[in-house]
Amino acid sequence: MTTYYSEEHEWVTLDGDLAIVGITAHAAEQLGDIVFIEQKEEGDEFESGDEIGVIESVKAASEIYAPVDGEVVEANSILENNPSTLNESPESDAWIYKIKLTDPSQLEGLMDLAAYKTFIA
Amino acid sequence: MTSGPKRTPLYSLHCELGGKMVDFAGWEMPVQYPMGIMGEHNICRTKAALFDVSHMGQVILRGPNAAKRLEALVPAALMELEVGQARYTFFTNNEGGIKDDLIVSNAGDHLFLVVNASMREQDISHMTEALGGIEIIEIIDRALIALQGPAAEQVLMTHCPEAIGLKFMESITALIDGVSCKISRLGYTGEDGFEISIPEAQAEQIARMLLDHSECFPAGLGARDSLRLEAGLCLYGNDIDEMRSPVEANLTWAIQKRRRLEGGFPGATRILTEIAGGTNQKLVGIKPHGRAPARAGVEIQNQNGQSIGEITSGGFGPTVGGPVAMGYVDSKEVDLGSQVNLIVRGKPQMAEICALPFIKQKYKR
Repeated sequence: MTTYYSEEHEWVTLDGDLAIVGITAHAAEQLGDIVFIEQKEEGDEFESGDEIGVIESVKAASEIYAPVDGEVVEANSILENNPSTLNESPESDAWIYKIKLTDPSQLEGLMDLAAYKTFIA
Repeated sequence: MTSGPKRTPLYSLHCELGGKMVDFAGWEMPVQYPMGIMGEHNICRTKAALFDVSHMGQVILRGPNAAKRLEALVPAALMELEVGQARYTFFTNNEGGIKDDLIVSNAGDHLFLVVNASMREQDISHMTEALGGIEIIEIIDRALIALQGPAAEQVLMTHCPEAIGLKFMESITALIDGVSCKISRLGYTGEDGFEISIPEAQAEQIARMLLDHSECFPAGLGARDSLRLEAGLCLYGNDIDEMRSPVEANLTWAIQKRRRLEGGFPGATRILTEIAGGTNQKLVGIKPHGRAPARAGVEIQNQNGQSIGEITSGGFGPTVGGPVAMGYVDSKEVDLGSQVNLIVRGKPQMAEICALPFIKQKYKR
């Protein structure tokens, strides 16, 4: 399954009709020990580039930016009480949102894994 | 003068240990090592953590009546400081604000001062202007490390048995691995521990030797900040500054009785008036109820939605296991246990005014 990456260090992957969004392992590593996440709620709509949450690490607060346009279908509730999951498995268990894509073709504007690897190198 | 940030004698050791280097007050310092801030913080509370604090200024004052002369700039009683004793104090300005906080120790034939990294130049020129006839020497060829935590004594004992006799705020000059070091039993983490001033050429050798101990690990500035915050210790530039008086900052304990009676330090009028009559605002501990950290700059409101103050330091306290903060609030609002709202990203978060420190300080008295 293809995973797409944004310059703001989010990943997006298709899951049937929906897409799953999270932060990359690189982002989690840069943030350090994550202690809190503020998430949007089901039904919240957003456009690419909008702030769709805040992650607080021991060091600082960092915004999560929407990689595409869409609507929140589900926010991962595990993260509320176990924010450190974002450090442990940012690209699997610690997905942040399931979203409905407004325009699936926007994914083509994101990076693939190889391009992202070059981007963060 | 070089352009980029300066490096301490332990720079290459930090890099070798995987330190994430950042520019802090003009110095290239490790904010954390691969263990991470949380892990390093916990090591300091349970074992021993080694911090490089060489960016801080080490200054010698030597000359007739140096202690008495320095009292003209700070409100601490220094003349009665015995040889080998240290005291926390601060340079005050004429308006009763704080120019910097520092440690002064009586080293026998001189005074030994440790000042904040960002204030080194300012403090030295301040003293140079005010203390004519006193020799002021900035030590630039010694590293300063802080060995902090319940196992600090055990780690140091192997290499310097004399250090064990020290109590909190006492210092000696002693050999570690054949190198003459100035060892003081103090720190800024709330834990027992030592600060050790070492000739730069031997600093790495001694740091490595201490780190060889199974209980001792390197820790960076990130952990240092969360440790001092939990310990309720002020960070210059955040919690104390040129505007805030030591009375507002709850630092009145550092103004000894003789100085309260005699005055004779900058800003004495305001400070002594405030000691007698109180202040409009007070520094307090703040414990957010939820998980969201509230950081410096966050507005504090009372239950009626009125603004009553601002957070000056805040973050996550790993030992507390949740967010902790401190800030100034209107004195009439500062009952312990008062419920307040913190405006984090525009939304009110419930919090409670609480006593400082958040953890029990474990100094060796």
